[in-house]
Amino acid sequence: MKLLEVNNLKTYFKTSKGMLKAVDDVSFDLEHGEALGLVGESGCGKTTSALSIARLLPKEGRIVGGQILLDGRDVIPAPESELRRRRWTDVSIIFQGAMNALNPVMTVGKQISEAIVLHEKASEADALRKTKDLLELVEIPSDRYKHYPHEFSGGMKQRAMIAMALACDPKLIIGDEPTTALDVMIQAQILNLLERLRRELSMGMILITHDLAILGETCDKIAVMYAGKIVETGSVKDIFEDARHPYTKRLIGCFPNVKGPKAVPDGIEGFPPNLLDPPGGCAFHPRCEFARDLCQVQTPESVNVGGKHIVACHLKEARQ
Amino acid sequence: MAGNSVKAKLRKRKIKAFVRQVLANKMALFGTVVLLLFILVAIFGPLLVPFSVLEFGEVEDMLNPPGPGHILGTDDMGRDVLGYLIAGSRISLLVGALATGISMVIGTVIGIVSGYSGKVIDNVLMRITDFFLVIPWLPLMMVLAAILGTSIWNIIVVIGVTSWAGTARVVRSQTLSVRENQFVERTVSIGAGSGHIMLHHILPNVFPLVFANTILIAAAAITSETTLSFLGLGDPAHASWGMMLHYAFETGATSTGAWWYFLPPGLCVVAVVLAFTLMGYAFDEILNPKLKER
Repeated sequence: MKLLEVNNLKTYFKTSKGMLKAVDDVSFDLEHGEALGLVGESGCGKTTSALSIARLLPKEGRIVGGQILLDGRDVIPAPESELRRRRWTDVSIIFQGAMNALNPVMTVGKQISEAIVLHEKASEADALRKTKDLLELVEIPSDRYKHYPHEFSGGMKQRAMIAMALACDPKLIIGDEPTTALDVMIQAQILNLLERLRRELSMGMILITHDLAILGETCDKIAVMYAGKIVETGSVKDIFEDARHPYTKRLIGCFPNVKGPKAVPDGIEGFPPNLLDPPGGCAFHPRCEFARDLCQVQTPESVNVGGKHIVACHLKEARQ
Repeated sequence: MAGNSVKAKLRKRKIKAFVRQVLANKMALFGTVVLLLFILVAIFGPLLVPFSVLEFGEVEDMLNPPGPGHILGTDDMGRDVLGYLIAGSRISLLVGALATGISMVIGTVIGIVSGYSGKVIDNVLMRITDFFLVIPWLPLMMVLAAILGTSIWNIIVVIGVTSWAGTARVVRSQTLSVRENQFVERTVSIGAGSGHIMLHHILPNVFPLVFANTILIAAAAITSETTLSFLGLGDPAHASWGMMLHYAFETGATSTGAWWYFLPPGLCVVAVVLAFTLMGYAFDEILNPKLKER
């Protein structure tokens, strides 16, 4: 049985200007111990897809269709009480910007043990012991459990957030841009740590980022999202060496090549589409240099182009 | 542990810094000193006044001006005004403290629940709060006190139940801002229920506000007690400043020029209320650096 199976997920937001299709017909899956990278520009639905799995959407958000099988059980029809039980034990989240995800007037140790006490009905002493172990695991001296968040550096806060996410031995851990606010050195440390922990504890992981380079090192497979849809998915090798979708190619082209000649990366002209009024056909066509008439009227089907490499594009070259 | 002693030192330094800030703030200093003085007198008063103050005096003792034996003179029953004043301070301060406690608890609970829950619960609770906010509090208190009967405990409950609306409003708006923090979302995501979040995450974050507000409510509670007692709704079995003013007014002390009878309790009320108000504003300023004057 797969750890996670997301089938045709549709998550819409109700806004004053109409329905915003943040996630529109998205499918992906994850084996136990596997890591998936979700990548795309801001506002393409990465975070919304991930939050849908934990059913933690803001109140305007609604899952209007699809299926999310987490460990074989669908979370979409689950009542609040079941969700509360499954949160953190089945799926935990490392939040974006640890600076704001910690309560400033509560010690870090207390915040980590909070989940343990809530879920495992552990005594304070047991929870404290486990908290100290978790801190050691993320390379923070365990006697710092009694310190407040403002006494931690940015990288330490992020590591504390990871410790927190591991508190109840979750089967799936979702990292929502866990390194975005950190400098490159700390970023590398955190990613190495995540990678190591994932292997040691054999957890499934979904890493959300807009930095493709990060995914190459830490993930097994990558899903590229654009305007609420997955446009291409495949193994890391598929995506980096055999990208088919023009968007994926341009995304990879946005990163300067360390070994190649000095050149300013191309970038992608234009802006991500307005999801309230997405362009017809393939959502990427207004920015795509290869766009044809067909792209403007018909949404491309996803086709398998070998192995688990799937792409949604009308181009003949892409589909072969 | 070495880390522990460093931490203890840091904490000590923080407390010292707070005390220094209070001392540097003339308003806070004045308020604190005045209030401490009243509290000390209320506690140790019976030691200072050797005779029972509620004992009626002889006819020649009635309404005597200040003089030897009776520093503040005597009242219409021949009782020592100073003794009565000190006995009264105990009740006035007790009523103030307990009524404030009730008001603070109700206001904080309603404010947090309302702000955190939102939707229907927020609407219902806030309409109730609005009711208590706009209804003229004096007639409401008078009616309640009259229905419940004249006992000091009733007075405390009546004041507490009618004065929480402002706190609830302030706490609610702060809760609205605190609940948008990501740590609240994080706590939801670990599977915590609303009660847990309100108690462990919202309350500690709104507490400074509750604290500053409490001091101001205490001033209002003491004024309310005085008002109710003055209007004859107080507990005749217990001496309080309001009861003194009530008796002084009833016996015509104001028109006969017996200033030593009505002036001391009046001044005491003013001093305590002023002390609370100054402290409230000063603490607000210390805890809320944005308000600091440049």
